[in-house]
Amino acid sequence: MKIASALQNVSVVGELLDGIPHGIAILGTDLCILRMNRFLEAMTGYITEEAKGVYGEFILRTNLGTKNQICAEVLKNGESVATDGNIINRRRKKIPVHFTLSRLHDGEGRPSGVLIVLEDSSVVKVEKMSHHEQTIRTEILGYSPQMERVFELMSVLARTDASVLITGETGTGKDLIAEALHKSSQRARQPFIKVNCGALPEALLESELFGHVKGAFTGAVTETVGMFRLAHKGTIFLTEIGDLSLPLQVKLLSVLDDQEFFPVGGSKKVKVDVRIIAATHRSLRDEVQQGRFREDLFYRLNVLNLHTPPLRERDGDIRLLLDHFLRQFSTKLGRDVTDFSPETIDVLTRYPYPGNVRELRNIAEYSANICQGKAVELKDLPLYLFREETSLVLPSAASIMSSATPRREEPGDVSVSVAAVSSTAGGWTEMEKKMILDALRQSGGNRSKAAGILGWGRTTLWRKLKKYKMV
Amino acid sequence: MKMMITSRGDFVSPRFDLSSEVLVATYYDQQLMEEPRSLLLADVSAEILCDLALKENVAVVVCGGIEEEHYQFLTWKKIAVIDSVIGPHKDVLRLAMDNSLKPGTILPGVTSREVAS
Repeated sequence: MKIASALQNVSVVGELLDGIPHGIAILGTDLCILRMNRFLEAMTGYITEEAKGVYGEFILRTNLGTKNQICAEVLKNGESVATDGNIINRRRKKIPVHFTLSRLHDGEGRPSGVLIVLEDSSVVKVEKMSHHEQTIRTEILGYSPQMERVFELMSVLARTDASVLITGETGTGKDLIAEALHKSSQRARQPFIKVNCGALPEALLESELFGHVKGAFTGAVTETVGMFRLAHKGTIFLTEIGDLSLPLQVKLLSVLDDQEFFPVGGSKKVKVDVRIIAATHRSLRDEVQQGRFREDLFYRLNVLNLHTPPLRERDGDIRLLLDHFLRQFSTKLGRDVTDFSPETIDVLTRYPYPGNVRELRNIAEYSANICQGKAVELKDLPLYLFREETSLVLPSAASIMSSATPRREEPGDVSVSVAAVSSTAGGWTEMEKKMILDALRQSGGNRSKAAGILGWGRTTLWRKLKKYKMV
Repeated sequence: MKMMITSRGDFVSPRFDLSSEVLVATYYDQQLMEEPRSLLLADVSAEILCDLALKENVAVVVCGGIEEEHYQFLTWKKIAVIDSVIGPHKDVLRLAMDNSLKPGTILPGVTSREVAS
């Protein structure tokens, strides 16, 4: 009887409700559905006729707490509530919704039901997301085709949950990219934990990554959870993964495979749900060939690969970045340095930037500090830029990666010999072999003396000789 | 045959992913083999429920609203899913054993104040 009278009132505004572009439900005092507008029918997949009289929560399927507590409170207190949540409709789709609940009254001012307005916020969310992507993009500067490709790939990688391997020279923005990937992924609201695998010795790193139990080793007075557990449900960023020791690589591989591990000294397995992003400036393929990196871990990490191009290969980005950083630092320092003189620009655009964006940023900071005028002149640049121009010869990134094809040097080219040596496969091995040969030559073949020259023990020399098959 | 019903109180819970209670019933030839077991979950998550369905080796899952990905996962694992069911789980169980429960069924008994209490 009460429902019928309430419905009569509702039918007056029925057509009006259908004209509103949001889902609207009217619940009676027993919190059962009295009416839904067309928009809500489309949203939930239920029509008013079948939903009428059914307890509202079963039809709307919101996540606003159990037993429709919020509706009951609104009905009781009369205070409107606006909150974000979601519904799952009959077509099995989860729709993010902004709910507004308010109490309805009859002609005599008595509570007669609850009005729920459901605003589909999926459109707003998409807009927010695209705005967010733009913000991330503005954090990583670059308009060169090479960077455009990186941005395109990033938007694809952000949507997946697979492991990502970011490769690229030092200072190319691998960290920024990893963070941007996390921020635009579904794990954005969860922690992003960065671990530098090259910064800590093996034993410490294991405890840092996987945690340890109390008394696991001398000095382990308290239990530590470790980075993996800290990053639970979020992303762990393992930078300089190429520096990870072989035993730890095994442990990492098992974590990647099973998503569980034993903390150091622990007997209880810990399960984690973590996305792994790894980065390295080394060529992991070469490391695998040299036997310094496990092949299975390489393939496990290399599910998705993103290569950050070196600055010297990013057409037109040098000028953009120089202007950006100069503006940034001159504002920070309260200076009025606004531009670079043409000669300075000429030098700066021809410089190969072995340290990539990091180095460019430092040059801009130096110039902003030193420059006394409005435009940065040659005298305001760091001196080493001119020294290296004459002494170094520039290779392209391709030639750094594969030293097989010698590149013709062009006038004005500047090279990064140090970077080339360290990046070339077997650079140190060759160097060490040469050192051993030189020492042996000096000592006239006497191994003890040669070991002394090298500053090694005799057994170390013997081991190295065996390793390089020099005996 | 084993069936899992996501429940809340005496009713099928409105949402699969927010169910903290399930009813596991074993039946044969439209007869219950034993009293249905009620399991309370420590955490509320669709993934936990999917895992539970697999571990319990159930053939049918009866639930309220369920997201497409979980529905697809369960059907891919050869578990029949009867979703969008509204009603008291006792009646739902009886209908399901009779093989007459269809997705989207709304049974009587969900219109009273008792639901909220």
